[in-house]
Amino acid sequence: MILLRLFWEFFKTGLFAVGGGMATLPFLYSMAEATGWFTAAQLADMIAVSESTPGPIGVNMATYVGFTVAGIPGAIIATLGLIAPEVIIILIIARVLQKFRQNKLVDAAFYGLRPCSVGLIAAAGLLVVKVAMLHVDLYFQTGRLAELVDWKAILLAAVLIVLTRWVKKTKKLHPIFFILGSALVGVVLSF
Amino acid sequence: MKKLWRLFLAFAKVGVMTFGGGYAMIPILEREIVDRHGWASSEELMDYYAVGQCTPGVIAVNTATFIGYKVAGLLGGVVATLGVVFPSLCIITLIAGVLTHFADIPQVKSAFAAIRVCVCVLIFNAVLKLWKGAVKDKGALALFLLVFILSIFLDISPVFYVLVCAAAGILFTRWGVRGK
Repeated sequence: MILLRLFWEFFKTGLFAVGGGMATLPFLYSMAEATGWFTAAQLADMIAVSESTPGPIGVNMATYVGFTVAGIPGAIIATLGLIAPEVIIILIIARVLQKFRQNKLVDAAFYGLRPCSVGLIAAAGLLVVKVAMLHVDLYFQTGRLAELVDWKAILLAAVLIVLTRWVKKTKKLHPIFFILGSALVGVVLSF
Repeated sequence: MKKLWRLFLAFAKVGVMTFGGGYAMIPILEREIVDRHGWASSEELMDYYAVGQCTPGVIAVNTATFIGYKVAGLLGGVVATLGVVFPSLCIITLIAGVLTHFADIPQVKSAFAAIRVCVCVLIFNAVLKLWKGAVKDKGALALFLLVFILSIFLDISPVFYVLVCAAAGILFTRWGVRGK
């Protein structure tokens, strides 16, 4: 029964992939080898699509693989398999957390955890900057500093910073407007 | 029932608007969950991200389960999670079935190159906002710098930072460093 197997494979992935979407990748590679459901080249296509569509990347990957293996039922089953273990684990933690929220020790731990979260998010953001605004490979090939920066991207970022932080009229707009606006700019100026 | 439906819709919206995975959804979550529905505070969201770093799975899903549970119990956790994955299911199925070369279209590539720039700016704004809430004394500043700098240069699992910082939080509080 392929749907059952699909659920089980993604259940395992969901259970062991710690640290967000990209953490599912190594599991998918070994799944490709173990089951023969899809090839490594197909997986590369799936990653590209998952990154170029809205939604969490891990979930997109599960849906794509599930669909490739067994159509729409496969897409649903693989996605449910992926999220089942985390939903169970988080529900247990949420329950415990609610009970001990007022506990001094828990409060002290979270006092340390908040700057940790911000640090991790900031570092992850920097990684996106590297991909989105710098040509690191090109710089190493040519060694010219001017080649390191993607000027179009920097200019767009500067405009966006001004619009999201300083201009009173646009500051309060929903983030999706900026995302869609940028997409449009990207197409028109062929980023 | 109405509450569950609102949870589902709100998280489906977050799912649709999250481009680029993981932390890209922080600005959207802030807007939808904190500002619009008031289901959680910025600080609570940060707590959930920290817990999400140590538990398996996708961070978007973890956060949805947490907030759903807080708002409407067990069923709320399940419904919010289904909401956040629902758009992915529809969009990916459509693309996988019809547009097999979707990611190779030049316009799609251009659009996403620009969206990535936008996501950088949105994350930058979110970090500044979160920073104000999280880094209020010297101890917290030290932990922020430690995690930020080490995670740029070293490839260690985030679980390590989370454990160290939880322990540091407890010790700092005990030693009376907190609030100075």
